[in-house]
Amino acid sequence: MTRTLRRSGWVLGLAALLAALLLLTKLIQPGFGASGIESLVRAALPFAFATAALAVVVIAGGIDLSVASMMAVASVTAAVLMESAGEAATVPVVLLVLLVGIAMGAINGALVVWTRLPDIVVTLAMLFVWEGVALLILQAPGGAATPWLRQLIVGPFPIPGLPEGATAFLPKSLVVLVFCLALVWLPLRRSRLGLSIYAIGSDPTAAFRSGVAIGPTRIAAYGIAGLLAALGGLSLTLSTGIGEPIPGPYLLAAVAAVVLGGVALTGGRGGLLGPILAVLILRVVRLILTLLSVDPNVTTIIEGTIMAVVVMLGGLLAMRERRA
Amino acid sequence: MSVETARPSVLGRAGRFLRDHPTVTLILLLLALVALLQVLRPGIVNERWIGNTVKFAIPLAMLAACQTLTMLTGGIDLSAGTVATISAFVVATQAPLVGTGPALLIALFPAIILGLLNGFGVGICRVHPLIMTLGTGLIGIGCLQVYQRSVIATGSVVPPILEWLGTGRTGGLPNALVLFLPFAALILWAQGRSGFGRLLYALGANEDAARLSGVRAWQVYLALYALSGLIAGLAGLVYVGLIKAPSLSLAEPLLLPSVAAAVIGGTSIFGGRGGYAGTIVGALILTVLGTLLTLLQMPEGARRILFGLIILFVTTAYLRLTDQG
Repeated sequence: MTRTLRRSGWVLGLAALLAALLLLTKLIQPGFGASGIESLVRAALPFAFATAALAVVVIAGGIDLSVASMMAVASVTAAVLMESAGEAATVPVVLLVLLVGIAMGAINGALVVWTRLPDIVVTLAMLFVWEGVALLILQAPGGAATPWLRQLIVGPFPIPGLPEGATAFLPKSLVVLVFCLALVWLPLRRSRLGLSIYAIGSDPTAAFRSGVAIGPTRIAAYGIAGLLAALGGLSLTLSTGIGEPIPGPYLLAAVAAVVLGGVALTGGRGGLLGPILAVLILRVVRLILTLLSVDPNVTTIIEGTIMAVVVMLGGLLAMRERRA
Repeated sequence: MSVETARPSVLGRAGRFLRDHPTVTLILLLLALVALLQVLRPGIVNERWIGNTVKFAIPLAMLAACQTLTMLTGGIDLSAGTVATISAFVVATQAPLVGTGPALLIALFPAIILGLLNGFGVGICRVHPLIMTLGTGLIGIGCLQVYQRSVIATGSVVPPILEWLGTGRTGGLPNALVLFLPFAALILWAQGRSGFGRLLYALGANEDAARLSGVRAWQVYLALYALSGLIAGLAGLVYVGLIKAPSLSLAEPLLLPSVAAAVIGGTSIFGGRGGYAGTIVGALILTVLGTLLTLLQMPEGARRILFGLIILFVTTAYLRLTDQG
């Protein structure tokens, strides 16, 4: 019991922090309610998927700097195909984009395995490659998104039998996020592959000696990250209605959220819940600062400071634990 | 092994020579690229072109020095691009107010502060350098934007001395060499011959062993990242003299290429191996590559793809050539 508590202590702390911040938002802006939460989560959607993608790779002991570029490729692919293929072909288009994402991730992983270069070098190079691919597909922002698909992440999630007031606080975008992540993560976590991913992240040599196929596992981890990045790109296209070939600031934000979320950069530790909570916390902080009419540039400073201070504190705590 | 040493084939000897002198391989690659350029567009390789290439490679090579030095200890400095931008912007906005000399000093001040902050986080709080320098980069860019608001009325002037340094040439050679040659000589001397340089290698090769042999790691990290900030600031000053238009994202596009230059130059991102000589050649290779890709008149997307693939290919080939066999 105490062990589970200590293990999930970080996540519980994050959840408490998020609740406190939401309460603070309500105090600052009494009108903050269902619609505020709805737009908050909708804006956080691409960030959350980018963070989840990065988290999986980091757990497997790697790092993927090309997350934002892969999102751009998925975003423009979806926008171009949806515009040209029309509404009837929406579902095949979505599936195709997800497949493209898996393929991009698997290519990253295969290159990491095959070249034997550090992950950070390979994905740095692939950052340029995927960026270029996105630019080849679409020179300037454009394309379109199917309207009914866009409605999928707008507004509250209706539950039959419950009054509208009760369901108003459950945005569709949150349901989409939880559903997609659960669909990918829960079966993985319970499978042999999931265990292998944690194993190669925590100690590749030990994993190898216990019979884990390191190469394929690594490729699979990158493939899953690609899939999640594709979901992020899709959500980006859905929320803006167009495809954006220039990658947004998702890489930095994802690294920050992954670290805040309690995933060790050395690999093998952490989950997806912590990073997702961290994404929401960072978005709420941004919202609060906006509500306080703080200069948006000062907001950037504060975000950077939070990130630096939290990781510094984490480092000091870890050191003290080691000494004790 | 012993049989091989007894009767080395010509190819084997060449391979061993290249393994022992990895920089030679890189220089051969650089020459091959230049030759390719000459074949594609006969006559392009002349004195003027060489001067231009060197001119553009210098700020990149200086920024890559930050990456090389931090990578020797197993770190990285992702705030270098922001720091360079800050120095460039501050010098251009302060010069009309306080004069060129003081402005240069003021411009290097935030660079050292951000560097010390990195060193504090990495050395004392034991934060992963990647995270720490990302964070300080964010803080820096935010501070710069706030600062920009306060000096928006003063306008900006690139001091003539920096323009002379960044763009001018004397007898066909770019003036930036006046700064770069002593700089490179100092780094090359420091990395191999000075105690500080050897501490960097020691910490990167095995931090625990270095600590146990009495190295005060936090002092080294503090000095290293402060130095890295200072170098990034200097690079920003040279770069603004080259570009002649200070902006809020001036040196940002140089950041990832600076990491790439160090990696191509054979510095291991895990620390303990590599050096600045390779990095300089790496910066030249990247600059020539940029010209080559522009010359081929490909769409921007295809250029980026090729750039990424070539970085990947060169580093892989380099690793195979120097580590195995």
